[in-house]
Amino acid sequence: MDLARSWRLKDQRYRLEGTVCANCGAKFFPPRQVCTECKSQNLTPHEFDGHGEVYSFSTVYQAPLGHEGNLPYIVGMIKLDEGPMVEAQITDVNPSDLKIGQRVEMVTRKLREYGENGLIVYAYKFRPLPNAN
Amino acid sequence: MRSVSIAGIGQTKVKEHWDKSLRNLATEAVLDAMKDAHVDYADALYVGNMLSGELTGQENLGALIADEVGLRGIEALKVEAACGGGGGALRVGYLAVASGQFDAVIVVGAEKLTELSNCGTTAALAMAADSEYETIHGISFVALNALLMKRYMHEYDLVPEDFAMFSVNAHANAAHNPYAMFRSPITLDQYKNSRNVADPISVMDSAPIGDGAAAVVLMATDNLNGTRARAVKIAASASATDSLALHDRRDPLWLGAAELSSKKAYAQAGVTPNDIDLFEVHDAFSIMSVMSLEASGFAERGRGINFAREGELTPKGKLPVSTMGGLKARGHPVGATGVYQAVEAVTQLRGEAGKNQVPNARIAMTQSLGGVAANAVTHIFTN
Repeated sequence: MDLARSWRLKDQRYRLEGTVCANCGAKFFPPRQVCTECKSQNLTPHEFDGHGEVYSFSTVYQAPLGHEGNLPYIVGMIKLDEGPMVEAQITDVNPSDLKIGQRVEMVTRKLREYGENGLIVYAYKFRPLPNAN
Repeated sequence: MRSVSIAGIGQTKVKEHWDKSLRNLATEAVLDAMKDAHVDYADALYVGNMLSGELTGQENLGALIADEVGLRGIEALKVEAACGGGGGALRVGYLAVASGQFDAVIVVGAEKLTELSNCGTTAALAMAADSEYETIHGISFVALNALLMKRYMHEYDLVPEDFAMFSVNAHANAAHNPYAMFRSPITLDQYKNSRNVADPISVMDSAPIGDGAAAVVLMATDNLNGTRARAVKIAASASATDSLALHDRRDPLWLGAAELSSKKAYAQAGVTPNDIDLFEVHDAFSIMSVMSLEASGFAERGRGINFAREGELTPKGKLPVSTMGGLKARGHPVGATGVYQAVEAVTQLRGEAGKNQVPNARIAMTQSLGGVAANAVTHIFTN
């Protein structure tokens, strides 16, 4: 399932590739075809450096099909230093040690598998960094 | 545009209807609404539904249900806006009559959510969110709301118990609604001790899934004859959108679509939030109630919780919400819910809400949200 889609999204999922508006400089992840700020259609690829901080997070106890083997897991909204917000799992940390504002960096991890002979989906997750101060 | 009224209402109980299919439920609600409106014909039928394809392998509901209710041949379409599809179908029905295209239209919301396993239904409901950037990460629909609730609690220094009264009120009201799924009141202790689904959202913050159907018959107000006395006028119908994904919102704690659609509705009806006698809020999660109250102008930003604290949301309070149990306790058959809200508003304005009757109810508002308020449909009713 989703073979073409996973291939199509590989630059986003493996390298956090979004777009930047050539007209006004606004940066987007996920990539967009029309700039939300100035409506320009002149956008080019931009690779984000993957650093940011936790805007919010939640520990999930009831998963959608395909993720139930990983329960419980942490999902979060990450405010990237370069602007956009990203939703992803937060890994390598206990929920009780995590706080809003925690500095994080992007890592590449396995998200889910589609059965024994199916596709394995890899993508970005975020893990804590030592806080600056 | 001409004036549109609701001439009749019908609904099934919300529950796990193991013995009834989607078509059975929709048919039951439509026939009840037609009987209530004293009509045996309509020019068109619009169906609010989200997941019939995914959960029952059935699309093309317009043709199916029009035929089942004995109206083969009329225009009939499905309207989809995730959990806001019921409100969306009502809006399409309203436009069809208001524009003069049709004189009588049936709107039915119908949903069957209990055909699959829990994980399967959770995955299907997550289709309301962005599949490539939210759902694939295992972010369930509950988790999206949990992310907002966690941040809201952080910004306004709140604890989960601060949200409890929304659920307590909904359950207390559902106890007197024969169509509700959960008819037993809950206590603050039950709220506090309930199981986490996605921290900080517990079972008691979440509307239950269920099967059900609700229907209304819309008619041009000028064409109402014998049914005029019990008819309720649609004073406003408005909808708006926000970004589908939470991460694309400049301000995730503000429901922009709810604000836009409610402002348009107030302007159309010529009223202000102060004039609203009851509000059927989209309380899929208690955080949604709080944020909808703020976005719709009933409370200042960050103060939506005060309604709960001060007991102002009960049927005898300043702004009664979820008066027949809301999504939380009446049950949330997603694409049907927006039509249930309209049926409940009509019940209140007719003065037929029994123990939940809001005294002197004259103006009622409903708001149906699709996704995390990516789609918001607001209606105002008067008698």
